[in-house]
Amino acid sequence: MKLEPILQVKNVKKAFGGVQALVDVSFSVNEGEIFGVIGPNGSGKTTLINCITSFIRMDSGKVFYRGRDISHHAPHKIANLGITRTFQIMRPYYSLPAYKNLIIPLFSPRAKRTGGWRGGGKLGDRDAVGIDILEEIGFERDSFVPYKMASSLPTGYLKRLELARCLALRPEIIICDEVFSEMDGITLIMIEHRLRELFRVAQRVMVLNFGEKIAEGKPEEVMEDEEVKRAYLGSDRSLDEPSEGGKG
Amino acid sequence: MKPETGERRRERLDRGIKVRTEGIYAISSWEEMNYLLVPRLALIVGMLILPLAMPSMYWQRVISIVCIYALLALGFDFLAHFVGLVSLGGALFIGVGGYLAAILNTSLGFPIAVTIPIATIGGAIICTLLLLPALPLRGVYFAIVTLMYPLVLLRIIEALNILGGTEGILGVASFPNRWVEQYLIILMVIVSLFGLRRLVNQDVGLVFRGVKDNDQAVKASGLSITLYKSIAVFIASGLGCLGGAFLAHIYMWAGISQFALDFSILPIAATVIGGGGTLVGPIVGCLILVPISELLRAFGTLRIVFYALILTAFIVVRSEGLMVYAQRKYHQFERWVRV
Repeated sequence: MKLEPILQVKNVKKAFGGVQALVDVSFSVNEGEIFGVIGPNGSGKTTLINCITSFIRMDSGKVFYRGRDISHHAPHKIANLGITRTFQIMRPYYSLPAYKNLIIPLFSPRAKRTGGWRGGGKLGDRDAVGIDILEEIGFERDSFVPYKMASSLPTGYLKRLELARCLALRPEIIICDEVFSEMDGITLIMIEHRLRELFRVAQRVMVLNFGEKIAEGKPEEVMEDEEVKRAYLGSDRSLDEPSEGGKG
Repeated sequence: MKPETGERRRERLDRGIKVRTEGIYAISSWEEMNYLLVPRLALIVGMLILPLAMPSMYWQRVISIVCIYALLALGFDFLAHFVGLVSLGGALFIGVGGYLAAILNTSLGFPIAVTIPIATIGGAIICTLLLLPALPLRGVYFAIVTLMYPLVLLRIIEALNILGGTEGILGVASFPNRWVEQYLIILMVIVSLFGLRRLVNQDVGLVFRGVKDNDQAVKASGLSITLYKSIAVFIASGLGCLGGAFLAHIYMWAGISQFALDFSILPIAATVIGGGGTLVGPIVGCLILVPISELLRAFGTLRIVFYALILTAFIVVRSEGLMVYAQRKYHQFERWVRV
């Protein structure tokens, strides 16, 4: 018996005016898998996330979560099902300290139900849970960092804060838009523009170019694909070579 | 050691952060308790003795009007600085609350003790429903829609000659006496101020502030921003409708002048002068602006010129707002040190 994939994307199409941002993209992700989506700038990676999480409405196509059609759910409903996402442009809640940033996801119906990141029934003191999550992700508990205003945090911490915001929901799937991190046990969809880092962690990769899926498979196989090389480098150079003139 | 040059410079020091956390440290000594209590008590006591200090019945009435504007300004500051919705709907809230209280009182014969709570809650529900379609809008677009509603309602009442038409609803019951009237509304302002201050620091208040900072992330966190925006609008319009209901009972009349733009504009000016984002600032702003506007009545039509000059002067000299400045000064102390 074949296991049902946790997330299935079928024939998603999206056009912005005359620009076809996504041309009939389909893929599926299995539970516990780390799935990578790569592609050059403007290839439709972020649009794909926005369509899956309903932040923008797709023109046609369907998204299934555990066999359930979620194509036209509101974004907050999708997040409550456990499909969370990060944003490429990090915008924390600037007027709040770092740990108070996590109060907002911990206030959601899902966090109330699941008990936040560690789980286990009732969600107690949200401040304490927030600081636990931040420690998990590399904010030193006894330093001032978790209590600093989000507006004064350096980029590295902001990236972690984005991920912490997802973790606070106790997600089933995290879709990372150009954030770099390893996580076990959770299905991870990673959107990356840089190949090397992604290939180190991803088990399966999909490549987009001009809104179209041009390749899918194991990282080693995809690297050898002629079309992928052409899309990324515009030549037949190997992807293993340092691409100083190319994208990156 | 550097040699002393005899020159001096001013040194600014922040008061210890422990004192200001309002946690357990705040009750560790009388000094620190007073540090937190004195400004709050000064405001409460000051508000309570205001009616007694007024020279005449006329000026006592002005205090009631100040309080009505203060409720509106409080709602404006909450929406603008904690939820990110710039509302010009003061006139809408006052009008809806006023008309509702008047109808409940004159047509259905309810006493004041019933009309004011119902007009507050019912009016807030009506205003929230009216503004529901505008909630996805932000910034100036939301402002335009809220500005339009009172004008539309005013014209509808005028054109269809409903609810008393241009004459309004007459014969609304007044308060038993002027002390009840004044202390009731002053109490409402104080309760609303401290209630809102508490709310914005609760977890749900953080959600409101999150909507202001980054509504996309709030959506991605599994919370409906429409729901939280409508709760916020409900709170702010409730404050406005409360003011409107009071106004109808004070003037013993509800009419189309309660949809006047003054109710939308003056609270914003008061917030700018008093300091946005402090919640106290708007009240201080109203305490300054409304009496000034009364004093300037002697100048007839030139009144608006002087009013504009005073406003401009405030904005140029203290653009951050009085209370933002005062709070900063209070939490810092300065001393001269030898260089």
